[in-house]
Amino acid sequence: MSATEYIVRTKDVVKVFTLGEEKLRALDGVNVDIRRGEYISIMGPSGSGKSTLFNAIGGLDKPDSGSVFINDVDMAQLDAGELAYLRCHTIGYIFQTFNLITVMTALENVTLPTIFAGTPTDDGIARGMELLDIVGLGHRYHHKPSQLSGGQQQRVAIARSLANNPSIILADEPTGNLDSKTGEEIIALLRRLNKEQGVTIITATHDYKMVDVSDRVIWIRDGKVEKIENRADIQLSIGGMAGEAEHLAGGETG
Amino acid sequence: MNSLKIRFWRSMITGAGIFLGIAFLCFSGSPILISLFQHTLVPGPDLNRQLWLVVMALLVCTVGIMNSMLMSVSERFREIGTMKCLGALNSLIVRLFLIEALFMGFVSSFGGWVLGFFAVFVVRWITLGWAGGVTSLTPGIIAGSLLLSVLIGGALTLIAALLPAQRAAQMPPAAALRTEV
Ligand SMILES: Nc1ncnc2c1ncn2[C@@H]1O[C@H](COP(=O)(O)OP(=O)(O)OP(=O)(O)O)[C@@H](O)[C@H]1O
Ligand SMILES: [Mg+2]
Repeated sequence: MSATEYIVRTKDVVKVFTLGEEKLRALDGVNVDIRRGEYISIMGPSGSGKSTLFNAIGGLDKPDSGSVFINDVDMAQLDAGELAYLRCHTIGYIFQTFNLITVMTALENVTLPTIFAGTPTDDGIARGMELLDIVGLGHRYHHKPSQLSGGQQQRVAIARSLANNPSIILADEPTGNLDSKTGEEIIALLRRLNKEQGVTIITATHDYKMVDVSDRVIWIRDGKVEKIENRADIQLSIGGMAGEAEHLAGGETG
Repeated sequence: MNSLKIRFWRSMITGAGIFLGIAFLCFSGSPILISLFQHTLVPGPDLNRQLWLVVMALLVCTVGIMNSMLMSVSERFREIGTMKCLGALNSLIVRLFLIEALFMGFVSSFGGWVLGFFAVFVVRWITLGWAGGVTSLTPGIIAGSLLLSVLIGGALTLIAALLPAQRAAQMPPAAALRTEV
């Protein structure tokens, strides 16, 4: 097996939240292997642990046991500075709530990670403009987030996540706060970036539209991986879900 | 646009806390400072009373500044979490907040000094008259009180910002992002 085939691997990841007396195993031994260049959707009901897994993979929270490997490096072994470097260069984050810095313009938001990376200002600005063009917001570069629509803000956030050419983009419900048409645009944009730039994309989502573009879907329930499906199989199960009755009546499909 | 306004008003309120504190401190500290410059500082009940006032003012000032800085840093935990996700080093985040706090501290303290000293000026003019009260405010006294006000204000603001900023920067980003404003 080539050492770099899997860009993300998790091994028996457990995360326990203690709520008063109760212990809640938000992640209960999660093992997933994600290949370079894959488009992965993590799906599951609300409260199943998608965001917790997102945080663990992105190094935003430490698991209580188990390990997360990014490019075969165990994240638990990294110190604060190395973690910051990883977040800066290797992973781009997209959130349901966009999390743009409200007092900065679109361009400043997109340029911010390049400042943390130590890129010279002019190069950073050129990169920021290039990315805003890619997401189709080049002409709105001087606008503040509050002057942009939700979909536009999310596109700025996507541009920002790409600022330092990450090899992974992690997105936690990127379409959760958007209407369905805008959501589709965002999904198409992510898919395009995945195809054209070879970025590995991992999204946690409720959005079944995501399934169409995913290479694989990881189903999570109660903190455990329920099943991992390839796209070919997915069409079937979604069809089954969308029209349960039809499926039952029609018997075998595909 | 809206959020910028909110941020502006928030910082105005934070600034006002520092501003009023320093104005009060400057006003209540001025008798001691003036006696110090005129070499007329004599121990006695009068001095004790003045000292008490200064201590009280300093306390009010400290608590006020601590409170406003704590508030203004805490409501930006999300921003700190976001910056950490984008790869900012903890030290950079702390430094950013300290620079901002220092700027805020200096500007507000300067404003506070202007108000406090103006009050001293007016009170002395009314009670001691122009010749006795106002002309005895030498450039040395003016400069001394300005320096003290700005230094104390700046230092208090810096310390008050350091604690929450450092705590926030060391939080795991997930925790910082989860905090609600
Ligand atoms: N900081 C926390 N403290 C306590 N419990 C938490 C915390 N974060 C998550 N949980 C719990 O862990 C479980 C998994 O939460 P998580 O946010 O990962 O779910 P999710 O799959 O992302 O759900 P949703 O689709 O609603 O976003 C939930 O039961 C939640 O209540
Ligand atoms: Mg979630």
